[in-house]
Amino acid sequence: MVLELIFTKYNYIIYITLMTIGFYGMIGKRNLIKKLIGMSIFQYSIFLFYVSAADVSGGTAPILLKEPAVYVNPLPHVLILTAIVVAVSTLAVGLSLAIRIYREFGTLDEDKILELSK
Amino acid sequence: MKAAPVSNDIILRTGASIMVPVILLWGLYVLIHGAIGPGGGFQAGVILAAGFILYTTAFGLKEAKKILSVKLLMVIASTGLFIYAGVGMLAIIFGGNFLEYGVIPIGRTPAEASKYGIEMVELGIGLTVMSIMLSIFYDIALKEKGE
Amino acid sequence: MRRYLAILSCIIFWAILVYGVSDLPALGDPEAPANKHVAPRYVEGSYKESGVPNIVTAILANYRGYDTLGETTVIFTAGITVMVLIRRKEK
Repeated sequence: MVLELIFTKYNYIIYITLMTIGFYGMIGKRNLIKKLIGMSIFQYSIFLFYVSAADVSGGTAPILLKEPAVYVNPLPHVLILTAIVVAVSTLAVGLSLAIRIYREFGTLDEDKILELSK
Repeated sequence: MKAAPVSNDIILRTGASIMVPVILLWGLYVLIHGAIGPGGGFQAGVILAAGFILYTTAFGLKEAKKILSVKLLMVIASTGLFIYAGVGMLAIIFGGNFLEYGVIPIGRTPAEASKYGIEMVELGIGLTVMSIMLSIFYDIALKEKGE
Repeated sequence: MRRYLAILSCIIFWAILVYGVSDLPALGDPEAPANKHVAPRYVEGSYKESGVPNIVTAILANYRGYDTLGETTVIFTAGITVMVLIRRKEK
């Protein structure tokens, strides 16, 4: 049972570990930039999860060939293509908010910012 | 390139002057080839932006802004979005639904019209993504002295 | 204190998700539900309907065109947000 889990579904374990690393970065770190890095790792673990869900063993990239072939599932690729762009946008907005906060308070530490803003 | 170089790193500047045209050409290839091979608007936009970002790191923000100023970038971004929405509205004008490319009378069959519609849409996406990525980079990039 | 709470909740998070993995299909399984639902329809019909061999582009710009329009608007808005937040006046 456990061995079957490890040998056929190891990809999910990897993404869950990555996701947990990102989650820890978001809740355990106090620096805003580190929180953003954690958020990015979290997002990218989900992208990997989707792309691996699209995989069909022996399949080729979803671009039609002359001869019949097995293609991987194109739909998750499309979803992730757009999700990557949204991830970049959220990261850019988050970083610019961090820059603004640094200009205003002179620090990126969460607790200090909360103290200063009282 | 004739102006006083900002970066003193000769390797970076020489490498950039060789690499930038190739990267931009490749970006255009990915943009135009997006319908028949791997590629598309998002990817091409990011590749084009990466080319300009390399240029900016090598020759400085001032030089880059001479080629693509911030105002021009916003115009390009709006144009890209306008092309996308405009293709969608064109389909309404010819009596279809929003973004139903098949009804636009270009090409012989609806599938061919849809192919041209997809190419136009990809062009719009590419322009918007390129200019917004560059605009974000210009904003976040460190300002040099005297800028 | 906060760090230990964070580590503890991360371990619980990890354990719950790994417990859920046992219900997911194996890597590369052609019979997985995600590969059975609408994907065959896209693979078979996209060339006839869109005229482009790249299925990803066909779905992106044709079937999900409205979604992609929203996506383009999202990055446009993000660019404007960054501009509003941190751009300083140029002299």
